[in-house]
This record gives sequence, C-alpha cells and structure tokens, in this order.
Amino acid sequence: MSTQQPETQEDDESEGELETTSPAQQQRLEKKRQRAAAREQREAEAAERAAADENTVHLKVFRYDPEVEGKQEPRFDDFYVPFHKGMTVLDALMYARDNYDSSLTFRHSCRQAICGSDALFINGSQRLGCQTQVSDLDDPVRVEPLPHQEVVKDLVVDMEHFYDQMEAVEPYFQTDDLPDDELEEQHQTRENREKVKMSTRCIWCGACMSSCNIAAGDNQYLGPAALNKAYRFAMDEREGADMKQRRLEIIEQEHGVWRCQTQFSCTEVCPKDIPLTEHIQALKREAVKSNLKFW
Amino acid sequence: MYEYDVIVVGAGGAGLRAAIAAQEAGAEVAIVTKLHPVRSHTGAAEGGINAALREGDDWTDHAYDTMKGSDYLGDAPAVEALCKESPEEVIQLEHWGMAFSRDEDGRVSQRPFGGLSFPRTTYAGAETGHHLLHTLYEQVVKRGIEVFDEWHVLDVAVTDDDEPEERSCHGVVAYELATGDVEAFTARDGVILATGGLGQVYDHTTNAVANTGDGVAMAYRAGVPIEDMEMIQFHPTTLPSTGVLISEGVRGEGGILYNANSERLMFEHGYANNDGELASRDVVSRAELTEINEGRGIEDEYVHLDMRHLGEERILDRLENILHLAEDFEGVDGLEEPMPVKPGQHYAMGGIETNEFGETCVEGLYAIGECACASVHGANRLGGNALPELTVFGKRAGRHAAGEEMGEPKITTGKTGDYEKGTVDSPVELGEPGSGAVADGGSAAETADEVVERTLERQRDRIERLLEKDDGVQHASIRADVQKSMTRNVNVFREAGALKEALRDIREARERYSDVYVEDPSRTYNTDLIHTIETRNLLDVAETITVGALARDEFRGAHWRKEAQERRDDVWLKHTMLSWNDGSPELWYKPVVLEGEEKTYEPKVRSY
Repeated sequence: MSTQQPETQEDDESEGELETTSPAQQQRLEKKRQRAAAREQREAEAAERAAADENTVHLKVFRYDPEVEGKQEPRFDDFYVPFHKGMTVLDALMYARDNYDSSLTFRHSCRQAICGSDALFINGSQRLGCQTQVSDLDDPVRVEPLPHQEVVKDLVVDMEHFYDQMEAVEPYFQTDDLPDDELEEQHQTRENREKVKMSTRCIWCGACMSSCNIAAGDNQYLGPAALNKAYRFAMDEREGADMKQRRLEIIEQEHGVWRCQTQFSCTEVCPKDIPLTEHIQALKREAVKSNLKFW
Repeated sequence: MYEYDVIVVGAGGAGLRAAIAAQEAGAEVAIVTKLHPVRSHTGAAEGGINAALREGDDWTDHAYDTMKGSDYLGDAPAVEALCKESPEEVIQLEHWGMAFSRDEDGRVSQRPFGGLSFPRTTYAGAETGHHLLHTLYEQVVKRGIEVFDEWHVLDVAVTDDDEPEERSCHGVVAYELATGDVEAFTARDGVILATGGLGQVYDHTTNAVANTGDGVAMAYRAGVPIEDMEMIQFHPTTLPSTGVLISEGVRGEGGILYNANSERLMFEHGYANNDGELASRDVVSRAELTEINEGRGIEDEYVHLDMRHLGEERILDRLENILHLAEDFEGVDGLEEPMPVKPGQHYAMGGIETNEFGETCVEGLYAIGECACASVHGANRLGGNALPELTVFGKRAGRHAAGEEMGEPKITTGKTGDYEKGTVDSPVELGEPGSGAVADGGSAAETADEVVERTLERQRDRIERLLEKDDGVQHASIRADVQKSMTRNVNVFREAGALKEALRDIREARERYSDVYVEDPSRTYNTDLIHTIETRNLLDVAETITVGALARDEFRGAHWRKEAQERRDDVWLKHTMLSWNDGSPELWYKPVVLEGEEKTYEPKVRSY
C-alpha cells in the first residue's frame, strides 16, 4: 500500500487550466532568467579566464568496457579540454573524444535537447549533456552514466527496461469515435490541449527514471516517464470515458501510481520541465474518483 | 539472417510512416535504424505541416506556391501528390492523437509561413516534428512492427548488372552497435531508404550529429543516380554559436529581422518588398548575408530576430520552445531582447532520384523523405513542406513496396531517352581514389540469396579491416576538415574558385581516408567505428554537392553563382544527375517535369 494519501482539492484542475499553467510557466521562465543572470556573471569570469591560454575544463569521465583490457574494471579518466564561451558538457565530451581518445563512448545526436540521447549523471545529478553549460558547473566536471541502469560501455546505459516500461502503458492514442468524414478532425478544446501539453513534451531520455528511488528499489515500477505517458492519454478528452477507465486500470496496478511517494526527484531533473509528480498525483486523484464512482 | 517482405532503413517520420503503410497493405515489415526511433531528427522540426485544409484554400494553390518556391526545379507530379494528399495525412495524424495546436473552435490551428499564399501551416507549438515523430512511433508500437534499433545499415544488397536500371535490391546488411555483429536482412519485396539529412557535411548546421547522408551515399555507390545535390537549403534563422534552429514560425507569427542599424532589412534594403520576413528561405538567407557582408551585421556575424512585440502570452502559447532554445543555447531571453540569428545549413533538397512512388531505378529499392529527391522541393524547399513530404511519400512508398497497384509513374528514373551528358571542370580526379572505373559487373546473374550473401561477406571484411588495422589516420580530423571546407567554399554565395578549392580538399580527404583506421578495438558499442563509416559517406556526399554546384552556372533557388547571377531557363531547366559509375562519377542531366495533372507550371519571375 502506498503511504501517500490522495489529495482532496483538485476539482479546479480542468477549468482555469490556462490560468494555472501560466504561473507555472512564469515560474520556470523566472528561474531561467535568474539562472541566465548568474550565468552571465560566471560567463564574464569565464571569458576572462578564457583569455589565458591554459584555460581548460577538467573532465572526470567514467570508463568501462567489458571486453577491453584495462577498461573491464570501471575507472575514471581525466580529460583537460580547452574552454570556450557557451561550451556544453556534450561539447566538452566530443572534444575529448575527437582529440584525445576516440574510444570515449556516449550517445548523442541532435545537440538541442530534443532527441533525449545524452542524459548523463553530471556532478551528481541527471542532466542532458547538450543542455548543460560547463560554466554552470563546479570544476572538475564529473560525468557518469545514468545511475540505476546497466552500463553497456563508458557513458552508455542499457535503455531496454526504460522502453519496456514506456510500452507497458499502451502508449498510443485509442478511440472508437472518429468523425465519419476522413477529412474531418476531432475537436479538442484549447484548455484540454493545454492540460496535456507539458506531458507531451517527454523526450524519453530516462533522467526521471534514473533519479527515482522507488524505481531503483522496484524494478517493475512503471516509473515517472511511463506514468506521464499514461497521463498524456488519460487526460486527452478525445479518447473518451471508456478508454480513460481502461487507462486508469493500467496505472492502478500493483507497480503503478500508488508506488510514487512524491519525492519530486523526477520533476527536479526533467530537462523538459514536465511536472511529472503533479501528473502522477493527478492520476491518483482520477483513480480515486473513478473508484468511488464504481463503488 | 533475417527475412521480411519490406525493410525500412531509418525511423524518422518517413520511415515510420512507410512501415505503417506497408504493414497495413499486408506486408511483414521491419525497421532497421541506427538510432532508437524517438531519437530521429524529425523530432527537431519546429514550424509545421503545410496542408490546404480550410475553406478559401485549395491544394492547387499549395502546388503553385511549392513550384514557385522550387524556382521551377520541382517535378509537377510529385509536387501535386504532396499538396493533394497532405490534408488527409494531417487529419490521419490528428486521428492518431497528435497534439496539434488548436483554435478556439477546437479545430487544428494554421499559421502563415514563408512563401505561402494562404496561412496553411498546421503546427503543434514550435515543436511540431517532435509530436509528429512520437505520434508515428506510437502507432508503430501499437501495430507491433519489428524495430531493430541501434543497428547501423552498412550497405544495400544490390545486384551488379552492368546498367543500374537492370539491377535489383534484395536486402541490407547492418551492424549491431551493442554487439558488433554484422547481419543480413533479406527483403522479399523492397528496401525503403529513409535515412534523413546530410547536414554533417557542414560544420554550421541545424542537423543532428547522426545526419551523415548514409542513405544517399549507399544508394549512390549501388548505382542509383543522385539528383540536384547542389541544392542545399541554408535556413535564415539559426543560432550563431551552435546552429540550433529558430523556427520560421517566429516570423510566421510576426517576428522581425533587424540589421545593426536597427533597420527592418527585408523592406528597407528591398530584398522582399511584399512579403518581407516571410519571403522564401533562400531569399531571406541571402539578404542576411548581404547585410553582414556589407558591414551591417552585428559583430560582423549575425542579424537580430525580434519577437518581443508579439507579447508574452502569444509567445508562450505558440513559440514557447523557442524561448528555451534561445536561453539554453545562446543565453538570450527572447522575451527581453532580440535573438541573434544567421543562416545555417538546414536541408538537402536533392538526394536519391525517385519517382512519385518513391521508386528508384533499381528494382525493389525505394527512397523517401530528406534522403530522396522526387523532386518535391526543386531548388528551394518551402518551410512546412518537409513534414508532409515524410508522411505523403512514406505512405506511398510503403504501399507500393508492399505490392499495391498504384498506376504508371509520370516521373522517369535512371537514364532514359532524355539523357543529356554533362561536363564539369574539376581540378582533381573525382570518385574513389585508384578506381579507374573497373566495373565488376558482367558476372553470371546472381540469385537474391547470392547478392545478400556477397554483400554480407564484403561488409564483414570491411569491418574486420577497419578494426584490425593498427595505425593510420583517424576519421575525426578528416571529417572536421571537410566540414570546414564545405562551410567556407560551398555556402550560400558560390563561385568557381572556391568550389574547386572544396573539390581539392575533398580529394585530399579521400586520399587520407584510404589510410583510415579505428582505434577502439571493442565489439561493444563501438561508436568510433560507426563514425568512421559515416565519414566515408560524408565524403561521397560532399563531392556530389560540390560537383553539382560547380557545373550549374546559373542562379536558381538556393543555388547562387557569382559568375552567373541569373536564372537561365534556356539552359538549366533540368536536374543535375550524378552516377557513381563504379567509382568514376558521371555527370548528366534530365529535364524537369513541369506538366501537372491539369496544368503546366510555366516558369515565371520569382519575387516575394
């Protein structure tokens, strides 16, 4: 059983959603502004340092390869990378790989926080390498693979379990009620679109799952990303009431929403600012409501 | 050995849509992709999907805009297919649950975009591609379509008949990143290449690190002609330090471009007196660079894109993602200050020659999406026309490969009676060093199994050679040098001297590459090996772009030549074709198809 009591005040969830998400966005933007100001200062300092030739970033990078002698025992390698303004952790890793050690291995692709390939454990927290400015970090910068996932090699972890959990919640739109005319769309209110908007931003990076204590202790726990995916469909008015009921049954299973202990670690690390814990709580409330209805 | 009816290579929007369509048509399908599907670069598309959905709009207007945007290098049958079928594909995506932005009445929203005569760009915030990609992947999961992810396709299994038009394709050979295994995938009915972009040919690009033109290079080396490769789109609004894309949606919503003197450059310097910021991308990119070159750039490098006047509410509603990108990757707050932007490589209009069903001249080999050239985009792609291309042609190719009868194509593939030989004044030998055009064709006809087996053996040998070689040159410096040379010499403004310089650089890179080795000996997740293989693809692709650009001495769409600053329809109303020809590339041309279903698109002066 969960130790978490469902909250009671949530009825204003659907109306006034536009007003309620807006302050959240404001807050995030405000946070970003503050970070930008702090960064500006650090960057000014960094720019000064950059003027000196010896200015470098010290990376301490986790290394492991199950089949290469000398790398079978996990170790940390040090790389000293020339710093430039705007350098991200991913930039620094790529520099180290292309100039010092071509066997340094990590996933990356888009460089702009949308492909979700490069979630890493950077100075003790889950972040995207491409979205993390070196100037925001204490030196040395310690880069490790995502905790709680099996390491394949260096910074690459096995994502299969994460994908399995995502796929366990029937992560696809389902409705029996499409318009007859195949050129006519389903209607969706702006409020309802707004309600699911943040949940649709998930990039499957796995940072949340890696940060979650519950997921670490319960391998079958669906985890924040999959539950968020369930939220995305359960709250989408286009699917209809029957499907919502079915979705609630899926997330109410033994290793579903009631495992969440609202520690907010997933919400803190999410690189897309998705209020994951809030979404899980909202699912709990929906589940309670619907159980009362059928009771 | 794996065996399916249809093998799709790549899992971006086009590949996923093709797989769904092929399966719906009854085929047993597998997707083989070097990235997990949701990592594909379709996810980075921001602005939207053009579709004539509403009263007052018509697909024929969309087709006209697209032909004009292409500077009359698009082929009408492909353009018309795109515009006619895009509405049903958009509604299909909506029926699959895609989170489109909505109007007050609950219908899908549309906004203005560059080069369009009607606000017909449907969108989902400024992250339309992300939603499209995830929606399609969800449908693939729902249907249980087999996905081999992090399997890098090394080659297509194509017969070695003398003429490419006589060849046929029977599968692919791929390398599994996790284990280092090289395996064959036999395709009973067809192989569909959907490998996406090639932006890594340049060092300032909106493209992902994975966009290395693999499909184009593989098809090219298998004998399939490559079309209009010189037509590279430089997007006018990319962040200067990283190349991260700032959506055209910003200008669609009313964003304004300013030079260093705070002049609204598009109007005040007369680049587009009617459409201003919403002129076609090629026009805006040239305008910005002209400003910068004439000393009116900021820090001699960029111009400003200002959206502050749109107001916080509208920005948060429709462009929120842009705020995050500008903040995270340029340290700029788009609500408080203008964003620095400059042109960056964004898209390849050219690619693998196909007809309007995605077929190449090699039987059983298809290409769709950015790696293909049908040609929908001609010399310049309109914003919002890439995503509908993925779904429309993905669906067409998927169905065709699965055996559906779709009628006679109007676009020809391979060399036909309209073949016209071309010449290029290259300062160096092109193609594979030391190849000397010794075709290994002419052997006894192979069975499908033999072709697949031969391809598998060749690729296994290649991997072993790369891994076992102990010293030589590493790929990273070769790649970096070519990227720099391409950005310097084959950019928005082109001239013969610089283009020849690029060809010399590519030649030198090819020679260094012949001594390439992979330092990482591991069979486990060896990205050193994969990047080395990708770099070879980049070399082939860079050469085709540059050869096409050097040969085409006119100004059309995205291709501008200092020596010939006018469109020359009398000579150049034709597609640049390049055939690998067993290592000694051959340049030739084929006419543009301007005859559509109901009308012929007569070339007109193109102004915005």
